[in-house]
Amino acid sequence: MSQQSADRRGEQPKWSWWYLLFVVQLVAVVWPPFYNKIDPTFVGIPFFYWYQLLWVIIGAVLTAIVYFATEE
Amino acid sequence: MADVNWTALAVFVLLFGLITYLGFAAARWRKGDLDLIHEWGLGGRRFGTLITWFLIGGDLYTAYTFIAVPALAFGAGAIAFFAVPYTILIYPILFLAFPRLWHVCHKHNYITAADFVRGRFGNRWLALAITITGIVATMPYIALQLVGLQVVIGAMGVSGSGLAADLPLVIAFIILAAFTYSSGLRAPASIAIVKDILIYITAFAAVIVVPIQLGGFGKIFAAVPPAKLLLAVPGADTTGAYGVYVTLAIGSACALFLYPHSITGILSASSGKAIRRNAAMLPGYSLMLGLLTLVGLFAIAAGVGALPEYAGGFKQFGNNFAVPALFLHFFPSWFAGVAFAAVGIGALVPAAIMSIAAANLYTRNIHREFFNKNPTDREESQIAKWVSLIVKLGALVFILFVPTPYAIQLQLLGGIWIIQTLPSVMLGVYTRWFNDWALLMGWLVGTVAGTAMAASMNFTPTYALSFAGYTLPVYTALSTVILNLIVAIALTPVFNAMFNKGGKPVDGTVPADYYA
Repeated sequence: MSQQSADRRGEQPKWSWWYLLFVVQLVAVVWPPFYNKIDPTFVGIPFFYWYQLLWVIIGAVLTAIVYFATEE
Repeated sequence: MADVNWTALAVFVLLFGLITYLGFAAARWRKGDLDLIHEWGLGGRRFGTLITWFLIGGDLYTAYTFIAVPALAFGAGAIAFFAVPYTILIYPILFLAFPRLWHVCHKHNYITAADFVRGRFGNRWLALAITITGIVATMPYIALQLVGLQVVIGAMGVSGSGLAADLPLVIAFIILAAFTYSSGLRAPASIAIVKDILIYITAFAAVIVVPIQLGGFGKIFAAVPPAKLLLAVPGADTTGAYGVYVTLAIGSACALFLYPHSITGILSASSGKAIRRNAAMLPGYSLMLGLLTLVGLFAIAAGVGALPEYAGGFKQFGNNFAVPALFLHFFPSWFAGVAFAAVGIGALVPAAIMSIAAANLYTRNIHREFFNKNPTDREESQIAKWVSLIVKLGALVFILFVPTPYAIQLQLLGGIWIIQTLPSVMLGVYTRWFNDWALLMGWLVGTVAGTAMAASMNFTPTYALSFAGYTLPVYTALSTVILNLIVAIALTPVFNAMFNKGGKPVDGTVPADYYA
């Protein structure tokens, strides 16, 4: 691949502490006893449902943060 | 055909005509030489962030998903929501591991995961195992897309007896096969844009309109039986529904990006950066899937299962009819047509990508490896095009002549099988530590054990493990991939000592290949 040498710059495959943000969303959803309940409801939606949907959004934001923090 | 919903059908056919045109016109989009397999089968690896978003979104969130997950919510309630933590867990995996796979595949012109494993571990038999697993796991998945299509065609009242009953499905499939053959991956990529816009419109309309008509979320959730509203709290000696829920989410998340169609979507991106960006953008689809899962609960509250006009649909399609019935009940016919077109087109996009992925696997990792070592570029892409036709034909025959429950059982097994490629592919992008034969043994043990466990549980997804009176029902894919890993780790030093006195097989890659 001839353009490969031109691409060879930017991020190194090194560990970044920012990756720990991924652990946050993991922990938030792998423990059902924490969210398997009805109250508090949000506009009539039980906690079980809105809590997990909320974490879809938070997860996307955390991933975006990791992206901008680790991309050169 | 007395009860055909002509308005819905007209909208459906119109939208289908539009995407048929798009599918053929796509051959000229970002024009490349379609006689090269990476042009036909990976769209020339030129899709930027946005197209990749549509393509992978259309690829992973399939028509079957949009029918079956709400159907599970309708039938079983809260457990179906495992799809939400599942889709939360997949994106860190996509972000971390798969840009590495993209880079090494781009560097070496690998177009399948098996190409990578062949290069990394230098073992053609391990690569063959990855190939066969990929093809076999994909076939029932394609067949299930047709189930989604069948349900919406049925919902528009199109029916008949004998051959006529299957005619609409056959027509849809001929269209799919023709544009995939002529345009390759560019066809589903362009169609995915239309399909995804339709799906978003449909999902948000359902989540806004239906609750208003039913008198708000409070009333809806009050109408759902308590047993379905939350997960059952497990007893003292078991992890019960909690364990099922979490292991389903984790196991499905680990398996998802190993599917050939996922890898085809990822490898068609133009850069590792486009993949990382998508890890933050694709949750948009997860949110929609979560909302559509709620729609399954709406269908409980609306009581569509008890309405006489839908009794025939439920009888024929079971709970899969819940969402179509809800749309027929709450929306004008023309909008039901839009919704059904979204699902119908939503079946074609992943079916096209899956057949391309299976064709790439056969062409590169079976035909080229074992039959014709030096095909010309044209021969190689020609074989892939023909195999994509054969794969789709196989799926069509399967769905026409084999009862749907078998397809669902096989798709469940497909998940258990594909996850067994995790050590070679997903860990392989990080480490060459594993012995290639140890990986093959781990794959074999995991596959055999997983198949036997699923069969013994009558093809339900979980298998109860018992320790000292404590019961852990675990998603079989997850428990068997752990077994697979244990075998691979234990045998690696043994096999290295026995066979590799002269050094390991050559690793065709170097560390710098894995990043830009």
